[in-house]
Amino acid sequence: MSTPLTFQTLSGIADQLASGALTSVQLTQAVIDQTAAVESRVNALLSHDAADALAHAQASDERRAAGKPLGPLDGIPIALKDVIAVRDQPLTAGSKMLEKFVSPYDATVTIKLKEAGVVLWGRANCDEFAMGSSTENSAFKTTANPYDLARVPGGSSGGSAAALAAGEAIATLGSDTGGSIRQPAAFCNVVGLKPTYGLISRYGLAAYASSLDQIGPFTRTVEDAAIVLGAIAGHDHRDSTSFKTPIPDYRAALQEKKGPWKLGIPKEYFGEGLDPEVGAAIEKAIEFYRQAGCEIKEVSLPHTEYCLSTYYIIATAEASSNLARYDGVRYTHRSPDAKNIEDVYFKSRSEGFGDEVKRRIILGTYVLSSGYYDAYYLRAQKVRTLIRQDFLKAYEEVDAILTPTTPTPAFKIGETTDPLSMYLQDIYTVGVNLAGLPGISVPAGFTDEGLPIGMQLIGQPYQESDLLAIAHTYDSAHDWSGRLPEL
Amino acid sequence: MSNTPDLNIDRVAELARIALTPEEKTAYAAQLGEVLKHVEQLKQVNVDGVEPTAHAFSVENVWADDVAQTGLSAEDALRNAPAQRQGMIAVPKVVD
Amino acid sequence: MFQYAGYSLLATHYSLLKIMNYEAVIGLEVHVQVKTASKIFTRVGQGYGHEENTLTDPVVLALPGALPVMNKAALDAIIKSGLMLHCEIADVCKWDRKNYFYPDSPKNYQITQFDQPICIGGEVEIELPGEARNVMGEHKKIPLTRIHQEEDVGKLTHFAHDSLVDYNRAGTPLMEIVSDPAIASAEEAYAFLTTLRTTMVYAGISDCDMEKGQMRCDANISIRPVGQEELGVKVELKNLNSISYVRDGISHEIKRQKAVLKAGGTIVQETRDFDGITGTSQSLRTKEDAHDYRYFPDPDLMPVRVDQAWKDRLAAECPERPFDKQRRFMAAYDLPYTITSVLVPDRELSDWFEATVAIAGKPQAQAVGNWIANDLLRDLGAANVSLADAKITPAHLAELVGLIEAGTITKQIAREVFTESFGSGETPSAVVERKGLKDDTNSDELEQWCRDAIAGNDKAREQFLGGKDGAINAMKGPVMKASRGKANPKLVDETLRRLLAE
Repeated sequence: MSTPLTFQTLSGIADQLASGALTSVQLTQAVIDQTAAVESRVNALLSHDAADALAHAQASDERRAAGKPLGPLDGIPIALKDVIAVRDQPLTAGSKMLEKFVSPYDATVTIKLKEAGVVLWGRANCDEFAMGSSTENSAFKTTANPYDLARVPGGSSGGSAAALAAGEAIATLGSDTGGSIRQPAAFCNVVGLKPTYGLISRYGLAAYASSLDQIGPFTRTVEDAAIVLGAIAGHDHRDSTSFKTPIPDYRAALQEKKGPWKLGIPKEYFGEGLDPEVGAAIEKAIEFYRQAGCEIKEVSLPHTEYCLSTYYIIATAEASSNLARYDGVRYTHRSPDAKNIEDVYFKSRSEGFGDEVKRRIILGTYVLSSGYYDAYYLRAQKVRTLIRQDFLKAYEEVDAILTPTTPTPAFKIGETTDPLSMYLQDIYTVGVNLAGLPGISVPAGFTDEGLPIGMQLIGQPYQESDLLAIAHTYDSAHDWSGRLPEL
Repeated sequence: MSNTPDLNIDRVAELARIALTPEEKTAYAAQLGEVLKHVEQLKQVNVDGVEPTAHAFSVENVWADDVAQTGLSAEDALRNAPAQRQGMIAVPKVVD
Repeated sequence: MFQYAGYSLLATHYSLLKIMNYEAVIGLEVHVQVKTASKIFTRVGQGYGHEENTLTDPVVLALPGALPVMNKAALDAIIKSGLMLHCEIADVCKWDRKNYFYPDSPKNYQITQFDQPICIGGEVEIELPGEARNVMGEHKKIPLTRIHQEEDVGKLTHFAHDSLVDYNRAGTPLMEIVSDPAIASAEEAYAFLTTLRTTMVYAGISDCDMEKGQMRCDANISIRPVGQEELGVKVELKNLNSISYVRDGISHEIKRQKAVLKAGGTIVQETRDFDGITGTSQSLRTKEDAHDYRYFPDPDLMPVRVDQAWKDRLAAECPERPFDKQRRFMAAYDLPYTITSVLVPDRELSDWFEATVAIAGKPQAQAVGNWIANDLLRDLGAANVSLADAKITPAHLAELVGLIEAGTITKQIAREVFTESFGSGETPSAVVERKGLKDDTNSDELEQWCRDAIAGNDKAREQFLGGKDGAINAMKGPVMKASRGKANPKLVDETLRRLLAE
């Protein structure tokens, strides 16, 4: 039995669109139908507009009929995590605070996708303001993992991962501050790429932690990730942290770059807390690379144990300031009980923010407050330097680093209630954000229970071509993503 | 109440402009106390002479030329306003 | 021990005697808006007097996802300001967030420079009032602590039941110029702001119109017994929205503090609001201890490195400092203080002066200065025309003083010519030609008019010969009248004296 249309790869679908075997309207209708069939169980999307999507699909088909397609993404339905601004569409960030907010402007990635002819389809659920590892922190709904509806899809981009895994889009975008793309990708059996900090503009991405946030794609294959990355990467004059670097043809690089590679295995990522089934799957992946002629070297990232602490101090500090704009004054929820300006602040923010957001704002406010700045924030920034140096030192010996994406497969909804335990979910992913490096999670097998397992590959700054080529070597030789969820 | 006597939750919530119920205060103080205890481990790291990282890849002198461009229409600027009057955002009277 | 105690007692007694005399110590924090086309961290236009909320964009309104990008021109402007005010320009500076909630602040943090300002130190040369209007006053140099750059906030307007916010002003580039606590009086503060404004206008950095909020000033004021090293408790005075109000407000505050101390009271650290109209101040109830701005480096902005080439380029664009120019005008052109103090504060006017002298020649500098300070300014004022729009040019004025010098026309006629040129832009020679104003009297004719005048003024002649020199003027009138004003007064004077001596 052939793979249902909405579960096929983006590259394959693009070929069908190009050959005329498929129209964007047919494709988009299939996505709409699949969404109608599964969304009530998966709850991956916060909003979608079928009529708008079909209108854009129609326009794409007309372009193609006129011989003027805009590229491989023309006519492909892609859903965006609901933290990315699209003009005239809601932007909730999974928060009551922005429940009624309609964006008057486009994010830079949105503009790039529109220019590529993408059919913008649906806003994917997420943890409120991207704070969380399970998507349970969304103010609106709890997204289920398509591979086990009783389990979480991961987070914070859980909606993006689940929507793709459930065939509700051909690709999706998420954002990753401490693992928010890679961890849900691992949980949902899809590819998730967090590019180097600065490769993709953050303009129009509702900020969680400015120095760590990056937008990135969810796709079924590494090749698809290369296609989407090529469309959204590049310098943006609206983002001062955006990096000026030439954007290569990532897809072509997959064919050109053949290795053999030197892969580093950091011993700190294989210790206590790693689920044995996950560990075994990663060992197999390592063995695959060894068989493929790669040199496997043990490396050390000695400050790994400090990554989480460093991350939570820096991320919450930045968040406490970034989220101050949600104040009840200009465009957010305002408490109906506000009698004076202090009420507008205190009541609107208490009503508008959920528990985890409040906790992180309070932690971040505390670590920046007078008398504590040096002990927490400044110290964390210094440890961040040491963490970066660990990676850069490892790259003197290896081309990329291979680790599990998460210590465990997807956990059950409602199972993890203690914030610290939840934070430990990010233990293998936060270091990448602190160091600003590119990281990708690639499907690497299943547990006996049928839960997906992800392998993380960590690349060198702005060397996405190498990283994708290394990941493609594994991905193109396996078909884990071909094992569809039973919905 | 808290495992970390240093964390004055009332004071911090005041700075953050978040009103907390007594239950929230108790819960947050305990939860954040745990987090802060975990974070204490950073004190073990020798950071003598280490420069802080504010940007993953710091570049200097990122700017734009001073050319004025059209912004939002007043309508778009006020589109999501919870209250507005005379083309302006309205808030309860602010007393200095 | 006893000796020591006795000495100490004496010392206390001595200071008690002196305590009746207090001196003021004033520090100023001046905010100056930079005159750029776009805002400091986004490219939407900036300006004064636009319809509410029409100068906004996602960055100004702090919409989700908006990010700041520095304005190069705003950086140029602050570096230039620093160079004009003798500051050290930091090699590297960065941007920090100052976190506080207020409805005029869209992000609820202000992007500013906390511990690494772009301009360090510096000084403002001031001139205190002289003994008389025509006497240059004492000059002093007030040291600066720093100048840093930050963004302006929106504007709140209060009504009976609500407050309304206009974000047009939010994000306008601001410089905060902080003086050391080294200003001794309200007059010095006034002079400080005057120099600052002239300097900023000179360098094209800001128009510093306080009514439009382009320059705003807060003053920290304390008093202490004369001779005491330690500073007194300081009071911050806010809302000083004209240079005169700054002077009046400070003066009032010093008096208030002295009165409090003399009545045996103590000064409390507070912020007071000065009302320039009533000349009174009142305490603003602020929870000072509630401030904890949680400064930290803004992760959205990159640091700025200023190299020597950048500084050199801007230094080359900096105009001569006003007081340097004034000293040069007095030395090089031998201009009186009063004329320089008219010419120099206005950069265009002083440029106009130098352009005229460049044509007319240095010996004519005083005459040119006088024409500008008197006739030109008067006619500009009467016609309500700016110098830039004036039809008369430096070449015209140079020609005019040349005609006088050559004796072609009299000064009296020259005024008429000036007014013609001012009104029409016609060259002075053309005016003289067209209206037949040339002093074409020949010496025979003049001698005859003089003889007639002497003959017709017996009384004046006798008085003159009797030693009353001024009596000669009574004989000049008829001569000028006969010549219809064209006779060269110098020649008339000479001729009369020669004939009277015969």
